[in-house]
Amino acid sequence: MKEVFKRTGALTDAPFHYCPGCTHGIIHRLVAENLEELNLLGKAIGVTPVGCAGFCQQYFNIDMQGAAHGRAPAVATGIKRALPDRFVFTYQGDGDLASIGIAEVMHAAARGENITTIFVNNAIYGMTGGQMAPTTLPGQKTSTSPFGREPSVAGYPLDMPKIIAQIQGAAYVASVSVDSPKNVLQAKKAIRQAFEYQLAGRGFTFVSVLSTCPTNWGMSPVKALEWLRENMMKNYTLGVLKDAAAQ
Amino acid sequence: MAKGTVEVDKLRCKGCSICVEVCPQKVLNLSKEPNPKGYYYARQADPDNCTGCAMCALMCPDVAIRIWRQASGN
Repeated sequence: MKEVFKRTGALTDAPFHYCPGCTHGIIHRLVAENLEELNLLGKAIGVTPVGCAGFCQQYFNIDMQGAAHGRAPAVATGIKRALPDRFVFTYQGDGDLASIGIAEVMHAAARGENITTIFVNNAIYGMTGGQMAPTTLPGQKTSTSPFGREPSVAGYPLDMPKIIAQIQGAAYVASVSVDSPKNVLQAKKAIRQAFEYQLAGRGFTFVSVLSTCPTNWGMSPVKALEWLRENMMKNYTLGVLKDAAAQ
Repeated sequence: MAKGTVEVDKLRCKGCSICVEVCPQKVLNLSKEPNPKGYYYARQADPDNCTGCAMCALMCPDVAIRIWRQASGN
């Protein structure tokens, strides 16, 4: 028997603190495997968000820097400009990136900053107790919209990859999901492409990953994946939305 | 003869059962006894039918699964 799948060395031995079935773990693995395969462990610097992934510096075998809520792209800009030979990425959730941090990510994209942002969208504020986020779908029940998000009062969700794709400085924008093995493989490819573009100095790269929050959605992990497939994947644009090199 | 083997790290597993659902051969199930954290961990219940496709490992949110596959040609 040949070993065909093992835990990547880019992840530490620390067990994830995430709830059972939270897809943050899958996305961590995809980022870590790409870092390892591209031989970046010695020169990668990650910038952590505020939110559930705010402790993710424990899980990657690389240097990480914490940032104030939403400011990861600004901190990453500073790191990349001071140390241009390093590989710099941010890992941010939707509450971090799409609400308080929307200015930082838009301007990092506008400047064509040579960094990568991994955006994890689970349509809810996970860590603080499942409140409505800018990405919550119309009709979706959260702890602050118990009858479902009502667009006439609370407006509409932001489709971040679609917005970033319109900014000239963005070199690569992809929107992927981790609901099935096939889509997990596609997500890994998208992250790989973004990382390679940064290494080639092409500019700002952005990968949005649709994720689940079984605890705050009030579903079993398996049901949450189904909900992701039936609701989020239908409401959010998927695929490679911008590829400056291909155009 | 099984073509593949799955090893679940039972201390890391949180019993989310995504692997149990995603397995095309349905070779996994949850234990009756909890692990030290109190989770009913996943385990290989029907090892003979495992093909080593690694779909469970791809979907495992805790990266708790290792896969071995029979080398082709054997």
